[in-house]
Amino acid sequence: MTKQLKGIAASDGIATAKAYMLVQPDLSFNQSSIKDADAEVQRLHSALKQSTEELQLIRDKAAESLGEEEAQVFDAHMMILADPEFTGAIESKVKDDKINAEQALKDVSDTFISMFEAMTDNPYMQERAADIRDVSTRVLAHLLGRALPNPALIDSEVIVVAHDLTPSDTAQLNKKYVKAFVTDIGGRTAHSAIMARSLEIPAVVGTKSITEDVKDGQMLTVDGLTGDVTIDPTDDQVKASQKEAADYAAQKAEWATLKTAKSITADGKHFTIAANIGTPKDLDGVLANGAEAVGLYRSEFLYMDSAELPTEDDQFEAYKQVLETMSPKQVVVRTMDIGGDKHLPYLPLPEEQNPFLGYRAIRISLDRDDIFRTQLRALLRASAYGKLGIMFPMIATIAEFEAAKKIFEEEKAKLVADGVKIGDDIELGMMMEIPAAAVLADQFAKHVDFFSIGTNDLIGYTMAADRGNERVSYLYQPYNPSILRLVKHIIDAAHKEGKWAGMCGEAAGDPVMVPILLGMGLDEYSMSASSVLKVRSLMKKLSTEDMKKLADKAVNESESNDDNIKLVEEFTK
Amino acid sequence: MEKREFNVIAETGIHARPATLLVQAASKFNADINLEYKGKSVNLKSIMGVMSLGVGQGADVTISAEGADEADAIAAIEDTMKKEGLSD
Repeated sequence: MTKQLKGIAASDGIATAKAYMLVQPDLSFNQSSIKDADAEVQRLHSALKQSTEELQLIRDKAAESLGEEEAQVFDAHMMILADPEFTGAIESKVKDDKINAEQALKDVSDTFISMFEAMTDNPYMQERAADIRDVSTRVLAHLLGRALPNPALIDSEVIVVAHDLTPSDTAQLNKKYVKAFVTDIGGRTAHSAIMARSLEIPAVVGTKSITEDVKDGQMLTVDGLTGDVTIDPTDDQVKASQKEAADYAAQKAEWATLKTAKSITADGKHFTIAANIGTPKDLDGVLANGAEAVGLYRSEFLYMDSAELPTEDDQFEAYKQVLETMSPKQVVVRTMDIGGDKHLPYLPLPEEQNPFLGYRAIRISLDRDDIFRTQLRALLRASAYGKLGIMFPMIATIAEFEAAKKIFEEEKAKLVADGVKIGDDIELGMMMEIPAAAVLADQFAKHVDFFSIGTNDLIGYTMAADRGNERVSYLYQPYNPSILRLVKHIIDAAHKEGKWAGMCGEAAGDPVMVPILLGMGLDEYSMSASSVLKVRSLMKKLSTEDMKKLADKAVNESESNDDNIKLVEEFTK
Repeated sequence: MEKREFNVIAETGIHARPATLLVQAASKFNADINLEYKGKSVNLKSIMGVMSLGVGQGADVTISAEGADEADAIAAIEDTMKKEGLSD
């Protein structure tokens, strides 16, 4: 009978195969008293020695198949075996209590396991309890003269089922035969889950009951993307999962080739796909997905993650790290965007009737130019380490942009006079998110180096609707021709003055929006890093000539958001 | 007895890999070597002892060695602490 289980998706991929039960042999024993303590200690030492030798073998195998870094966990295991506190405590217990080595081992390892498990505020230490359990099970098996199951002997396609996969089990899994694994317990950060991801084997952990629900040899389908496990799937379910697995494999293979590729359309035109980040930590994802720039670095996280206003040096370090890592690719930093729904505990803002129409972003920066100058100085100093773009959020008038630019020029002149090295290719731009600015984009374009369209606010302010308010959220319509006309006007205005236009809202990575934006000639698409490869793959299939026709219809002939969704479907199928 | 104080600067504190290397360094010597943190003292040759302290970033720890090779032991441990970026 088909049965469904749900666990935690721990490693991507989909597989169908028969279950291989990786369960412990019976390692039960009774406590007994011993007469010859020396002989018992001798027995303990020989079990420790055998365990160490076995671990050395597993370690070598792991280094070979997983790499040196993953193999280091077994160094930790061998150190537990060599730990004088651990082995010494077992030895003393045997001698003092005159009990068998099995019981002494269990007592001592239980003490250590509960000590580590009690560190509930430290998940890393809690998971080290599994290491100790793993090591002591190995020693116990040797003491009892029983063989542990040996996953290295698997020689046909299987899905490994276990209560919990120990790191040493995982290291012995042969990727050629082991198609996936499923466990009762564990989380995404457990060693076995981390190893599954580096082996690229699908894994679902924490199903609670898989070892009870499935028997050796039963068919299983494991979906490491959703955490779904199907026991005894029907023929149709098997077919569906095989198709999903094939699609996933094809998509992954294509994405892998796209990682280092440029973003090129079917007719050979290049556009820039960039990523949005909040902190330097997000750079890992940017690099892993091959983004061609950082199109939006939300500097407000520097302010929000701090207990007080971040100093010039703190900010400098963060900006420098991002610029250096990305160099020679551009990094566009948005200056502090506080207010609206983002508050700083140490910078109380006045109570306002309409915070989204109130004192926020550049309006605060121009009013509190002490805070603004500190940020600009940090940015200017960091500009020597890469290619920097700076943009101001919530610009409504040309006077605001010019005022911000004037402060920038003043701080730049001061730093230059002090002999500080500054990049010579800094671009100054603005967010296009206020309809008044969008309508006057042709005039703004003469003052800026670039525009970056912030879709969420532009749509919200244009439709006069808050997307977070359920009663009016239907008005959040990114493809409404009114919005598209504004977007087109902004792009055309930039191009007329020889400037570039980008978009840094979620819409820039939206598969419905991208074809229209391509047709309008938008230069830069900045999105969450996880969307980069998907959009690059989509662009490859689109020709700019066709998309121009699509954009023209979407802007001039459509009446509604829905019209345009249908239109994009027609043009991209 | 040789004694030295360290301020732990590594972001992850004394965890898996650095802990392993410290224990390996200590195990090469005959001297009794202890790590003290927040009034608790453990054997620096014991990986579980060291990890059980949960030494985080910014912690002040004292390492002491007693025995014939105590001076060499402390020097080797200081070297490991610096090389692994645990302290400056």
